[in-house]
Amino acid sequence: MDEKFIEIKQLYKTFHTKKQTIEVLKGIDLSVGKGDIFGIVGFSGAGKSTLVRCINRLEEPDSGTIRIGEREITALGRAQLNEQRRKIGMIFQQFNLFDSMTVAKNIAYPLKMAGLSAGEAGRRVDEMLSLVGLTQKKDAYPGELSGGQKQRVGIARALANRPDVLLSDEATSALDPQTTLSVLDLLKEINQKLGLTIILITHELEVIRYTCRRMAVMEDGKLLEQGLVKDIFQNPRCGTAKNFIGVYNKFRSDYGEEAK
Amino acid sequence: MSLYKYSFWEVLRNSFTAEVWGQVLPAIGETMYMVGVSSLFVLVFGLLLGLVLVMTGKEGLAPCKAVHTVLSAVINCFRSLPQVIIIIVMLPVARALVGKSYGSNACIISLVASCVPLFARLVESSLLELDKGKIEAARAMGSGNLRILFTIMVPETLPSLVRAFTNAVVIVISMTALAGSFGAGGIGYIAVTYGYTRFQHDLLFATIIVLIVIVQAVQMAGDTVSKIILKRRHLI
Ligand SMILES: Nc1ncnc2c1ncn2[C@@H]1O[C@H](COP(=O)(O)OP(=O)(O)OP(=O)(O)O)[C@@H](O)[C@H]1O
Ligand SMILES: [Mg+2]
Repeated sequence: MDEKFIEIKQLYKTFHTKKQTIEVLKGIDLSVGKGDIFGIVGFSGAGKSTLVRCINRLEEPDSGTIRIGEREITALGRAQLNEQRRKIGMIFQQFNLFDSMTVAKNIAYPLKMAGLSAGEAGRRVDEMLSLVGLTQKKDAYPGELSGGQKQRVGIARALANRPDVLLSDEATSALDPQTTLSVLDLLKEINQKLGLTIILITHELEVIRYTCRRMAVMEDGKLLEQGLVKDIFQNPRCGTAKNFIGVYNKFRSDYGEEAK
Repeated sequence: MSLYKYSFWEVLRNSFTAEVWGQVLPAIGETMYMVGVSSLFVLVFGLLLGLVLVMTGKEGLAPCKAVHTVLSAVINCFRSLPQVIIIIVMLPVARALVGKSYGSNACIISLVASCVPLFARLVESSLLELDKGKIEAARAMGSGNLRILFTIMVPETLPSLVRAFTNAVVIVISMTALAGSFGAGGIGYIAVTYGYTRFQHDLLFATIIVLIVIVQAVQMAGDTVSKIILKRRHLI
């Protein structure tokens, strides 16, 4: 496995507002293996969203480099960047589906830009719909779907153009536990089926424990710790990780089952 | 028939006679022509300017302070003038463009000058209400700015844009009536000449009824279209 499929080096980002400047990323170094599911956990405001949004440059980093495979993301021009973005899927907490389009049209949206013929796009849409188990809802509008179904459409849309990477920013945070589980199962399934590399951001540790192989703990713009999920759970070194895992264990022990 | 000689009910009854409508009907045609053509211009140019405003704004897809500031200032200038003054100001412009400063076509120019800036602002506020996340999702999929504008921003806000346009058309109608007193013809002309100058209040009543019916119809049409779209998308 290519252990450095995605490599982020010395990433800095500062936001300037009228009142203040906030340094949100303070020298992030991170590498993610090909086909891995990588979790990033941290408290609200740690900079997690900003970090993933830098990966497809929805946010422009001030300095540092991001590489995916052979391509230096931070060096791409406008047109190349748009082309590259078609190979990076993204799913969101609020789903961000287009209400004016049916499920099928939502999923076909990235395909149109990639220049697929109508016939081929149609086949791809059907393939995606069966992958996420929503074939019945093909002609429904997002307004008719439940949260879990919406996120499945979001995943289908993000995967339609066969990206190498999927970015997930709190994709399950607006869902109930059972739906969360089914969406996470879906992510695991496509990770295995398609060999997709997934970066998953969350503030819920159980999501990471359930889904990810490797993880990083983020706090105040820095990555305090990264490694295998099982190692960090067994032996958290930084205070934030200890804190997170302590809370996590407390919750579980209150239900009578101590985390191993 | 004047209200000074006859009772309200007598005048009202007379306002439905064939004699009165013989004069009012042709005026309706003229008014419809002015409203129709003006609304078309308002739709096209108002939408265009509104889109430019949003695109070039600070949070827009292609921020450009110079364009935004200048456009915004020009729009504000037109918006700060009352309709009467815009009509007067546009008279010489109309003469230069269509050869005379009275008549339907001259009136259309004033209507456009007054209502395009208004509709541009309405378009702007409709588009600004769009959830940023949707635009973000489109950007993340590698969509270019123009494509986002026409495949996401406009379709997603369509129900709200329809309502905005409905409001603009209602204002165009009321302004057409006003322009009537400046020689534009149509319903407004009838109301001013017969209703005001010659005390023929039956004619005045007839014009009031026509205006109410037209505005009601436009408003209902706009509301219905907007509702149909929302229903189809299962948003209501
Ligand atoms: N566009 C922006 N302008 C100014 N400040 C911003 C902007 N985006 C984010 N920030 C600030 O950057 C910090 C980190 O934000 P970010 O959204 O990356 O955190 P997060 O870890 O994703 O938090 P959460 O778990 O709440 O989503 C916050 O303090 C936030 O206020
Ligand atoms: Mg976030």
